[in-house]
Amino acid sequence: MTQAAFSRRDFLKGSGALIVSFSMAGTAGEAGAQRPTPFGGAPDDQLDSWIAVGEDGRVTAYTGKSELGQGLYTAQTQLIAEELVVPMARVRLVQCDTSITPDQGTTSGSQSHPENFNRSNLAQAAATARKALLKLASERLEVPVDQLAVRDGAIFVKADPTRTASYGTLIGGRKFSIPIDDSAERRPPGEWTVLGTAVPRVELPAMVAGEFEFVHDVRLPGMLHGRVVRPPAVGATLVKVDESSVRGMPGLVQVVVKKDFVGVVAEKPWQAIQAARRLKASWTPGVGLPSHGTFYEHLRKQPSRDTLTVDSKDVNAKLATAAEVVRATYAHPYQMHGSMGTSCAVADVQGDKATIWSPTQASHPLKRTAAMILGLPPENVRVIFTMGAGCYGINAADAVSYDAALLSQAVGKPVRVQLMRAEEAVSENYGSAYLIDQRVALDAGGQIVAWDYEAWVPTLGGRPGYETPGNIITGLLVGFQPAPFRPLTPAPDPTGALNNRSNAAPSYVAGCVGGQCGGTGTVKSERVLTHTVPSPFWTGPLRAPARLQNTFAHECFMDEVAARVKADPVEYRLRYLNDPRLREVVVAAAKGAGWEARPSPRPGVSRTGVATGRGMACVLYEGHNGYSAIVAEVEVDQATGAVRVTRMVVGYDCGPISNPDGLKNQLEGGALQGASRALVEEVVWDDRKVTSVDWRTYRTWSLGSDVPVVECVLIDRRDQEAYGAGESSITVVAAAIGNAIFDATGARLRQVPFTPERVKAALAARA
Amino acid sequence: MSVITLRVNGRSHTLDVDPATPLLYVLNDDLHLHGPKFGCGLAQCGSCTVIVRGEAIKSCVTPVGNVSGAEITTLEGLGTVDRPHPIQRAFIDEQAAQCGFCLNGVILTAKAFLDRNPKATDQQIRQALSGVLCRCFTHVRMLRAIRKYAREMAI
Repeated sequence: MTQAAFSRRDFLKGSGALIVSFSMAGTAGEAGAQRPTPFGGAPDDQLDSWIAVGEDGRVTAYTGKSELGQGLYTAQTQLIAEELVVPMARVRLVQCDTSITPDQGTTSGSQSHPENFNRSNLAQAAATARKALLKLASERLEVPVDQLAVRDGAIFVKADPTRTASYGTLIGGRKFSIPIDDSAERRPPGEWTVLGTAVPRVELPAMVAGEFEFVHDVRLPGMLHGRVVRPPAVGATLVKVDESSVRGMPGLVQVVVKKDFVGVVAEKPWQAIQAARRLKASWTPGVGLPSHGTFYEHLRKQPSRDTLTVDSKDVNAKLATAAEVVRATYAHPYQMHGSMGTSCAVADVQGDKATIWSPTQASHPLKRTAAMILGLPPENVRVIFTMGAGCYGINAADAVSYDAALLSQAVGKPVRVQLMRAEEAVSENYGSAYLIDQRVALDAGGQIVAWDYEAWVPTLGGRPGYETPGNIITGLLVGFQPAPFRPLTPAPDPTGALNNRSNAAPSYVAGCVGGQCGGTGTVKSERVLTHTVPSPFWTGPLRAPARLQNTFAHECFMDEVAARVKADPVEYRLRYLNDPRLREVVVAAAKGAGWEARPSPRPGVSRTGVATGRGMACVLYEGHNGYSAIVAEVEVDQATGAVRVTRMVVGYDCGPISNPDGLKNQLEGGALQGASRALVEEVVWDDRKVTSVDWRTYRTWSLGSDVPVVECVLIDRRDQEAYGAGESSITVVAAAIGNAIFDATGARLRQVPFTPERVKAALAARA
Repeated sequence: MSVITLRVNGRSHTLDVDPATPLLYVLNDDLHLHGPKFGCGLAQCGSCTVIVRGEAIKSCVTPVGNVSGAEITTLEGLGTVDRPHPIQRAFIDEQAAQCGFCLNGVILTAKAFLDRNPKATDQQIRQALSGVLCRCFTHVRMLRAIRKYAREMAI
């Protein structure tokens, strides 16, 4: 392949607009050829970085946020179509190609639609383009802008609609050469025709027909296939590779060893798989692992880095003088992303230049860290996002991108790597385990007067960002170190504004820092202390990272306190919530579920047979990113301990709803994924290695599982900023189910997952 | 290596391949089909499903030599973007996907089962899908799409 002579910077310097053909850009053929140049840092403020109009009037938009299965390609296309007033079919979106799209960091944290909807990004670029086109039309038609209107990619004179100028004739093929204009007016929500409607997913017809190109389908001329051999135990390092063990195997091209990184390259995938299996490598025994059975107690004894989210300094005094102190400890396991497709990437490293087709959430950051892995200047590396299987956070997408790059560099040819299932299981950064102690002080009237939270969370690595390839396994294997762990005790006092991004502070406290109270609740005596401790396993964001674990503990505990004072769980929550939007989703979910106000457990609970109950949980995700409440209804078989979730009702408020069906799809998926995580998912290990290595040893709900009905009550607020929607419903599921189990049976589950054994143990422990 | 004839989506292909190679790799890498997908390689998730002799099988553990000469249908063999098969149409109508990686296994497993058991109950459909995973948990929509297809078949 030749290296064609264009780059993002060249595009922006040149006279022509940045237009990529409407064929499958970003896949082999066309894309592999382009030479990358440096681009990074802040999102570009120039309109031409975001929007180009062709002579045919088609619009090409460039975004630094990618489709991960969450519907973002469609939602972003809606933004452009709405703000530019062009049909959806005339908009093409180019996602996360480091040579030609702006650097918007990582597609994560339920921030991607908000970033492009709310701020000076994609939607504002489109609004700027519309304003600029109106100005051009005004000059062309010699009519003031206020006498013009826009329809279907053309501008016409309101008084004489036969006088028109199409976008293609006004700017087609030429640059705008203006900055994004923050004063360009957005289309008023009342006039929306594309936003706010249930536009179908753009990719779906190709997906159901098997014509969609995932990263797994990328094929380059002369491409070879690689497989990796991971260390067999945590912390094991390579002693020796015996290349003679695979010598002469059909199709084998090369065994690649770089420090502790081991891989093979062959002509065909099956040849590579067989060679990787047969290759004899000897390793050190590894570091040994703490016992799975006592792991949560182990966490308490580790050196820690302590953080106070809030500390009113009077919590001990309130606890000492309380009429009653309620306490409970909650535990949440490590869980996997467990993508349907194991992670895959294709890399083409030729001399000092590299192109990587990757399903990463972080194309621009990956460009930098892959350059470190390869020992190349970052400007010589191009990352082209190509969709993979749903990741839900940092699965092995970045690790396999390094794997492919290392193997391609070694053989000087394009190499495709797809991990085997067992390698995927040890190549991802797990959602972290959590141990949480909760205490509240009650007054004589059963009112909460103080809330005390103390948590232990193990951590190792994380997203590599722009400079830490050692935060994931392949980076470590070739010699980079993870971000260092630095103990710090005691925690410094919190400063600045309340930072509740991890939902460490419960919804019911005032969240006061420096005299400003940023929480959603009223309890003023509050202490939220987190001990971050070293983890034996890689950790990183998994859908609603930390938020889910914390909310599980907060919302179950709130339920315990409500039960203790014999209050209805919804009414008791509302006593302490002062955020009107959070109150409204709680009421909406309860109303939608036909909530019967009464204390839990349900009166007249039988201690045998199948018991039914309902539970509520709610959250303001990250303290500022979406209001969510769920009512779960369950049946508990008290003989077997089996829990069947029969119904979930989600109340949701993310501000203006861009696509109601896309939003429902996210809420439904989050609700069910949350139920699977609450009931069956847990990473387990022995004394040396993780033993959750496939779908038998890491359970999940299948399509055959008896899944509940999921109903959504959506609150559309078109006058507000957009919030995210990918992670908020899942955040409250485990607590809602745990609370429903309590309502049904009077048994309290404090450890996820709620396996039949744990349910039976809790049933046996009932008073 | 040996010469094998595969009949895929109505077309014959003659290939020189190790007969022990799992069918999936031949479909992906020799025939360049995108429908069947590697999910686990262990017949545990359904991503690699194809229909052989009317039955949904896991191509990731099926040696290509075992299906020589048999009629194999992949997702591509049902319909196209312009002319989707009714079950593909049902998935579009119900917007039954998120990342879409599992669609191959879900659609082909459901189709093969319903073609043989057109009057299947919901519980029987779920039983048939018990070896298929969707990690985006689009279950509710997928089951709705499958029921819609079943109803259309019954008319």
